[in-house]
Amino acid sequence: MSPSQSAENGTESDERDSKAAKIESLFRDYLIDGAYDEMRTPDGGIRPHYQALIETLASLPHEELMRRKQSADLSFLTQGITFTVYGRDEGTERIFPYDLLPRLISGDEWERIERGLTQRITALNHFLRDIYGEAKILADKVVPRDIVYSCKHYRRQMCGLQVPRNVYIAVVGSDLLRLRTGEFVVLEDNLRVPSGVSYMLTNRRVMKRTFPQLFHSYGVRPIEHYPQLLLNTLRSLAPEGRPEPNIVLLTPGVYNSAYFEHTYLARQMGIDLVEGRDLVTHDNIVYMRTTDGLKRVDVIYRRVDDDFSDPLVFRADSGLGCAGLFNAYRAGNVTVTNAFGTGLADDKAMYAYVPDIIKYYLDEDPILNNVKTYLLTEPASRQHVLQNLDKLVVKAVGESGGYGMLIGPQSTVAQREEFARAIEANPRNYIAQPTLDFSRAPCLFGSHLEPRHVDLRPYVLFGDKVNIVPGGLTRVALEKGSLVVNSSQGGGSKDTWILE
Amino acid sequence: MLSRVADSLYWMSRYLERAENTVRQLDVTMSLLLDSSETTAETRWQRLLTSLGNPVGVEWNGDMDSMTKMLIFDGTNSASVTTCLNAARENARQVREEISTEQWQRLNRLYHQIHSPHAQAQFGSNLNDFLASIVDGIHLFKGVSDTTMIHGEGWQFIRLGRYLERAYATATLLEVYQESLLDMQDQTGSGYRYLELVGLLRCCTSFEAYCQVYTADLSADRILEFLLLNRDFPHALRYSIDGVRQSIEAIQLNGGRRPPDELMATAGRLHAMLRYTTITEILDGNPGAFLHSIRQQCQQIHELLYRYYVQYSIQSALAVQG
Repeated sequence: MSPSQSAENGTESDERDSKAAKIESLFRDYLIDGAYDEMRTPDGGIRPHYQALIETLASLPHEELMRRKQSADLSFLTQGITFTVYGRDEGTERIFPYDLLPRLISGDEWERIERGLTQRITALNHFLRDIYGEAKILADKVVPRDIVYSCKHYRRQMCGLQVPRNVYIAVVGSDLLRLRTGEFVVLEDNLRVPSGVSYMLTNRRVMKRTFPQLFHSYGVRPIEHYPQLLLNTLRSLAPEGRPEPNIVLLTPGVYNSAYFEHTYLARQMGIDLVEGRDLVTHDNIVYMRTTDGLKRVDVIYRRVDDDFSDPLVFRADSGLGCAGLFNAYRAGNVTVTNAFGTGLADDKAMYAYVPDIIKYYLDEDPILNNVKTYLLTEPASRQHVLQNLDKLVVKAVGESGGYGMLIGPQSTVAQREEFARAIEANPRNYIAQPTLDFSRAPCLFGSHLEPRHVDLRPYVLFGDKVNIVPGGLTRVALEKGSLVVNSSQGGGSKDTWILE
Repeated sequence: MLSRVADSLYWMSRYLERAENTVRQLDVTMSLLLDSSETTAETRWQRLLTSLGNPVGVEWNGDMDSMTKMLIFDGTNSASVTTCLNAARENARQVREEISTEQWQRLNRLYHQIHSPHAQAQFGSNLNDFLASIVDGIHLFKGVSDTTMIHGEGWQFIRLGRYLERAYATATLLEVYQESLLDMQDQTGSGYRYLELVGLLRCCTSFEAYCQVYTADLSADRILEFLLLNRDFPHALRYSIDGVRQSIEAIQLNGGRRPPDELMATAGRLHAMLRYTTITEILDGNPGAFLHSIRQQCQQIHELLYRYYVQYSIQSALAVQG
């Protein structure tokens, strides 16, 4: 039986159901406990801005909802919105899991996030400029020297180098969580090669098609101009005297997990997608090999890690980069963004100092707070953490994507012992944080709703000024009870609606 | 356009044309084997393998079923249809942002078709249908390419790959068959001879087109004339080389900083030869050597293409940079 047939049969009887009963049925199995729920108040009510969404859901027959879900699925599939799963010969591309219900954030809340991120990114950019320049913050003993110089993302090659417009971090994706109190805090800053923005954009396109009237009635702020803003940002960073800069996106290639995003952004911006083997340098100028000979490259939006970008300066065994790129960059003939060595400022141990960094450079209190973080290089903290491993989350400082992480309450004795040994052996390599009871948002499972943990990754652009499109990628831990939202670890995403 | 992108589009197209050629020749060979002519299965398979360029590791083993399977499904052998389709898709995947969604979906469907468990079952139960469905898939891809892509530089590289591969394959095929073809001249009226000649035409999907030009009166010299020198038939050598030449000219108009003089001259010369030679001249001379020289010139065009557009030396490019 096709879904449309069943919808016709079911419509009349569904309409006879009272709305309240329908809402009741949507909410069976809906857990409310201490964690902040994006949609519901602690006493089980519905937050005002979620009211219209729930009423729409209650008014749709189950079959109609299923039909919309199927058509959204198909839309993702045919657009080829996939990510790569490593370690398989065939069928290496999978659809990125998503949830059909949007996550709603009020205009006031967004305004605070926007101010907070602008402040934070501005300060972190000052910090990078200072560290690779005069290093005043070290002389003033606000940040300890050893934590900077022992960071594996610190790049000595960047010292004394003038970067275009002093912008180190043009493209940022910071991860935010909402705590029990309803307050948004920053969990980490991604200052190297943040990904996921293509999912933000395609989620929106699919959602507009799936719930057109609802979308219209909510007055959602647009995000679709992100590729254009990104292009403008990149253009604003072009070397002097290059009024019509040739801008390219440098990808590690088809085997990278974010390859879809690279092709998507290149297509949306109308720029060439290049691999390291397409580039050559001569006399400190970067060219790309085209059918019409060599064409000079002015701006590189780099999606290749520092280590792999230039075999002459970084890892010599890398074939992904371009030999001579760094010297061309040093000579000011090409802009590479994000700059090299920015991972220094998103190191998870450095994170603990970000509030001090904001205070130092801007003389302001942080608008968005940090999560409490234990530095394991401090003996007292280390002692405390080792005794409480079953209650804490331990993370390796240089990792991302949910790798190298211990979630205390969900860990085994053996895992905790392994981490304890690793911490004793190299305390600088780990930090610990309390297990966070971060917020949950309703997700659609069959015909009813269940709450799942969500985070929020807004995308920040920094060229002439800081620009944040109103929205971001809401990542969802789709597995019941799970706290891990990373796509490489079974997470999904949902569209994020910032209301006017 | 990036050299790497041009290279991928060119090879994507060549591999698809190659897969189609292999499928068609296999289909014809299998159907000719149904008739009990003097020609043995071994001779036919040897001829087939020679006209496919003697793929490494594929030798006549006396078992037609396993031979056919090898030429279709064996992903470890570089000439199989599966290998060609894999390579075409891999090339397309590397330039996803350059081709249309429709093209990608078409190619993907073809890829999944040959890799699905049903493919083996269909192969066993009805070989003809199976082979026809692969050719259909490739034809659909070509149609979609022509209707959904800008006919710019990328499309020209696709067209170039298609016609160069086709010209090379047709020349190879004729080189292999011409001797036995001309030997049969005196057996007029034999039913087996007729089947043989139809088979050769069908290898180039040209039986019906031939009949429209010459009627069903099949003769070796007319067949050679048609497949070599016809102006309007897309599988004829002259037509294919004309396509190659036109695409090279179109690509050259896009850029022009380093005019590919030698490449234009080589393609132009080959085209002129096919245009102004008559079949009598060819047959009076040495047809085998003639076909061999066409293959060599195709090879030369490929090498020059690489030298001008893909693997040019940086020094030469910098010299033009000024």
